[in-house]
Amino acid sequence: MSDTRQAIESVLSERILVIDGAMGTMIQNHDPSEEDYRGERFADWASDLKGNNDLLTLTSPELIKGIHRQYAEAGAHIITTNTFSSTTIAQADYHMEDLAHELNVAAAKLAREVAEEFDSAENPRYVAGVIGPTNKTASISPDVNDPGKRNTDFMELAGAYGQAAEALLEGGVDILLMETIFDTLNAKAAIYAVRKLMRERGVDIPLMISGTITDASGRTLSGQTTEAFYNSISHARPLTVGLNCALGPDALRQYVAEMSRIAPCYVHAYPNAGLPNEFGEYDLTPDEMAEHIGEWAESGLLNMAGGCCGSTPEHIGAIAQAVAGKAPRQRPDIQRAMRLSGLEPFTASA
Amino acid sequence: MTSATNFINIGERTNVTGSARFRRLIKEEDYDTALEVARNQVENGAQIIDVNMDEGMLDSVEAMRKFLNLMAGEPDIARVPVMVDSSKWEVIEAGLQCIQGKGMVNSISLKEGEEKFLEQAQACLDYGAAVVVMAFDEDGQADTEDRKVEIAQRAYKLLTETLDFPPEDIIFDLNIFAIATGIEEHNNYANDFINATKRVRETCPGCHVSGGLSNVSFSFRGNEPVRRAMHSVFLYHAIPAGLDMAIVNAGQLEVYDDIPDELREACEDVVLNRRGDATERLLEIAEQYKGEGAKAEAKQDTAWRDQPVEKRLEHALVKGIDAYVTEDTEEARQKADKPLEVIEGPLMDGMNVVGDLFGAGKMFLPQVVKSARVMKKAVAYLMPYIEEEKAENDKGSNNGTIIMATVKGDVHDIGKNIVGVVLQCNNFEVIDLGVMVPMNEILDAAEKHNADVIGLSGLITPSLDEMVNVAAEMQRRGLNTPLLIGGATTSRAHTAVKIDPAYDGAVMWVKDASRSVPVASRMVNKASREKLVAELKEDYDKMRERHAAKRQTKFLTLEAARDNRVQLDWSDYAPAAPKLPAETPYAKRQPLTYKGATDDGVSGLYVFDDFPIDELIDTIDWTPFFLSWEMKGRYPDILNDPNKGKEARKLFDDAQAMLKQIVEEKWLTARGVVGLFPARTATNFDDIEVLSDDRSDVVSVVHQLRQQAEHRKGVPNRSLADFVAPAASGVDDWIGGFAVTAGLGSSEKVEQFKAEHDDYNAILVEALADRLAESFAEWMHRYVRTTIWGYQPDEDLGNAELIGEKYHGIRPAPGYPACPEHTGKDTLWELLDVENNTGIQLTESRAMWPGAAVSGWYFAHPDSRYFVVGRVAKDQVRDYADRKGWAVETAEKWLGPNLGYEPEA
Repeated sequence: MSDTRQAIESVLSERILVIDGAMGTMIQNHDPSEEDYRGERFADWASDLKGNNDLLTLTSPELIKGIHRQYAEAGAHIITTNTFSSTTIAQADYHMEDLAHELNVAAAKLAREVAEEFDSAENPRYVAGVIGPTNKTASISPDVNDPGKRNTDFMELAGAYGQAAEALLEGGVDILLMETIFDTLNAKAAIYAVRKLMRERGVDIPLMISGTITDASGRTLSGQTTEAFYNSISHARPLTVGLNCALGPDALRQYVAEMSRIAPCYVHAYPNAGLPNEFGEYDLTPDEMAEHIGEWAESGLLNMAGGCCGSTPEHIGAIAQAVAGKAPRQRPDIQRAMRLSGLEPFTASA
Repeated sequence: MTSATNFINIGERTNVTGSARFRRLIKEEDYDTALEVARNQVENGAQIIDVNMDEGMLDSVEAMRKFLNLMAGEPDIARVPVMVDSSKWEVIEAGLQCIQGKGMVNSISLKEGEEKFLEQAQACLDYGAAVVVMAFDEDGQADTEDRKVEIAQRAYKLLTETLDFPPEDIIFDLNIFAIATGIEEHNNYANDFINATKRVRETCPGCHVSGGLSNVSFSFRGNEPVRRAMHSVFLYHAIPAGLDMAIVNAGQLEVYDDIPDELREACEDVVLNRRGDATERLLEIAEQYKGEGAKAEAKQDTAWRDQPVEKRLEHALVKGIDAYVTEDTEEARQKADKPLEVIEGPLMDGMNVVGDLFGAGKMFLPQVVKSARVMKKAVAYLMPYIEEEKAENDKGSNNGTIIMATVKGDVHDIGKNIVGVVLQCNNFEVIDLGVMVPMNEILDAAEKHNADVIGLSGLITPSLDEMVNVAAEMQRRGLNTPLLIGGATTSRAHTAVKIDPAYDGAVMWVKDASRSVPVASRMVNKASREKLVAELKEDYDKMRERHAAKRQTKFLTLEAARDNRVQLDWSDYAPAAPKLPAETPYAKRQPLTYKGATDDGVSGLYVFDDFPIDELIDTIDWTPFFLSWEMKGRYPDILNDPNKGKEARKLFDDAQAMLKQIVEEKWLTARGVVGLFPARTATNFDDIEVLSDDRSDVVSVVHQLRQQAEHRKGVPNRSLADFVAPAASGVDDWIGGFAVTAGLGSSEKVEQFKAEHDDYNAILVEALADRLAESFAEWMHRYVRTTIWGYQPDEDLGNAELIGEKYHGIRPAPGYPACPEHTGKDTLWELLDVENNTGIQLTESRAMWPGAAVSGWYFAHPDSRYFVVGRVAKDQVRDYADRKGWAVETAEKWLGPNLGYEPEA
């Protein structure tokens, strides 16, 4: 086991750690212009760049660093990098595939600098390198009339994820965070790539794996239940597994409870600040959100908590207060068994 | 079925090797119905679905991917985990890349050693899958209790200690074998399995044990009630021992308590091997439990000799025993009014039984051919009597007349001969015109004999064109005779796209001998023919549409393809200069004899006259031998295959005996020639220039083709020319060529057997000559590597490695995928003076005669490899025509199967 993993695990056995909040929401609050996105370097870039939030790492590094700082000041232990779309696949929308490596390295360095500013024995800070889902799905057809069709495949995804992971490590992250997983096969490709990378490098990077339950059906977009999802990614031997995005805390609770019950590893959750209203804004106040998360902590569901879309430093500050001093979830003693899955779990006890 | 709660049913119906129906659906690309099969299994309680696409005629990787992707879109199927099942690792990986759930791999084993085993297990961990480990190691499949346990324990230790593999994700398949086979060594197989299961579960904590249940009752196939009882009894004892999952057809299980006492006890006796006569006792009572309609199994030994003569003839035919056929036929003749009645009565009845059994997959081809031998001997015995009778109805009673021929330019006829025998067994009159038959001869014969069907066969690719020509000529002559197409390079697609449009009559592709009878029968009958033709035309229309869609391969320009060639680093690699020893135990060095050749000692020719055939026997690759008899399976595993192992072994024994005779009585002569020449790659990157010894003159040019389809990044567009140093590298390089045969004398032997009405041995000798020629090619390649070229002097590989091609250098043959154009042989023949040196001739289509021959080029570079040129675009065809000095139309004719576009008519 790596030193970082051991260090984090020993902290996790004692307290609930706080994950930072939304990057996109904060960037939108600053409302950067097309010119801000372009900076000098990409002034003549052929396609529109507004909305390519990850590019701000290069063109407005101080903005991104400032957001990291606000979250760290609010009490976040886990600083997540601004790399949600920094894969070759997601950057292809802007014809910026070739920048993927650079975006990841630079974003990791920004987060690292802030983490080191704030790191202390009492409040250790860790950088989690974000690996986003990409805008393609390996197990869902893009064409309703041709269910066998795919717009990507496992090896293409694994290649893109592997490259991103390598660059994040180069930039100095402590953890890799695969988040907002709506198609588990994408995540499996990421795990495949990261496992290979770790073996080649002879390192053991702690992984956080975070699925997304997209609606009231209680399933991922690709159709898996919470337990089936866990079984599918368990071979990654993650540091934490959990859920983020899509739902507000009220709707997400039952699935977090389910994950907490079945996962032998640590569990995290960072829901949205409610569901977006008709203006696309998130209504849940910091106090309301903290109330939910505080109750989850009280019930022993959590080892890490934070916020996703719509959350701000104020939300994170309130959450940090709500979980402070609460006992972390104890990892359950799960009976060893062959646990397989399709869309649903299947257990064969030994 | 059982009440054991921890027992897992794995659905077996979505497996092309186990389900003929599913195989047909996948082959016909009827994926909708194939998905229904999967859905039914889940609805019927399968907890895991086994998916297997291992079938020679399928692109298994693609079929696996396609089916799993489609399944992913069906929530009521995708609900359950998938068992990705294949003997090919690449198929397993393709499957694992399509499932978002956590599935199971079936299977990996220690068969190819620890390194491979661990590598594949590691991949299972990376993909996130449980793994079935077969009890199979470097020494073969485990049959005894101790071997099963020992292999499982070794695998367990490796997995858990080396890879930290979770023990709960390991499933051992401890090999359920057939019991009650009548072979004493098999009696304890079930006990071995059950005891091994117990020990493995005790000593490998956390693991699971599985097996293929239906094997255990294999000797009772056809008797479902007894099989069901055996399965249930087996599970009844194996589950408490620790068997916790199995690939099961739920319909093949009986409730243990519902089994009649007598049958249950007899089954327990055989499963637990409780008494010496257990098999006999179960056999005795088995009959009374058998369902209706099943055929009685013949009793063993000589008891059959006590039966009436009709039954004896039937027995002799089914079992292929010719020892008594003359006396039995005589007895039947005396009983009959007319000698013809013996043929029409008992002999045809017997052959009908054979036909039924073969059609139902209960007999295999070698058995059928032996049956035909008995039949022919009986008929030959009766012929003089029939002639004497001068029976006026000398024809008319058969099923129809079929003209068969291997087309002009082609010499391959094993497949055609087999089809001929099978058709004859089914009472068709077969007129076999032989090999290299010009089309007019075929069509004249068809008219003269008023043929009901014409069958064309061919193996090499130019024969495909010739078949189109025959079809067009039939159209021109206004014939309406149905046309059957068969042979290794033929296909349903080619038949639909190329042959069928040329002829208004019925055209049908026949995949193998077993399909020929139903097809021919439907073709001769007018009513069924019309229905069949209507079906065919519709089917062909679909094929043509699909084919048109598939044609949309993206091509690079030839220039871009050349830019993406394999660029070897010649600064870092010096090709080995050929050693060219003046004398070897087999042949002396001779100067090259072709026009323009010089002799400074850096090139050379070796002629192997009358090579000792016994040296070729050990290196025979037997797997294709069995395949030529339509028995699929890897040698030596096939000899122990629960299904066809027995017949495979008989065939193998016959082959060994004949090999002995071939050597001792000198039936065959093997000859070969090898040459090595200075060479370089031309500045156009695609030609290899053969040089004079001082490298000052280009004396011959070997033209190559280049892959032109767009590849994914990092994958080069290969040409064989890439493996030879270009002039610009300043490096001296060489290529070699060879031609070998082991078939001289084989056609005489074949004729002799045919005259004796012995098709079995006629086919056998030809098949063996083929294998010996391949073995000679393998031997020669090694001799070149170690001695003549000598770039790998210390190589010492066993036969398995040779067949697995674990050495440096390749020997691609003109007409095969890396250099698919057949006239490449002309250059080879010129350079090596092959015809004079070995007696191997080329036909107009460039088939080699005798057919048991192999030729090709030698490349020594360690990075040289086999590949498929595939389709090429028009710019390359033009360029190739230029280089060859041909008209574009000529190039299009020779490159027909490789054209990536429709040539102008």
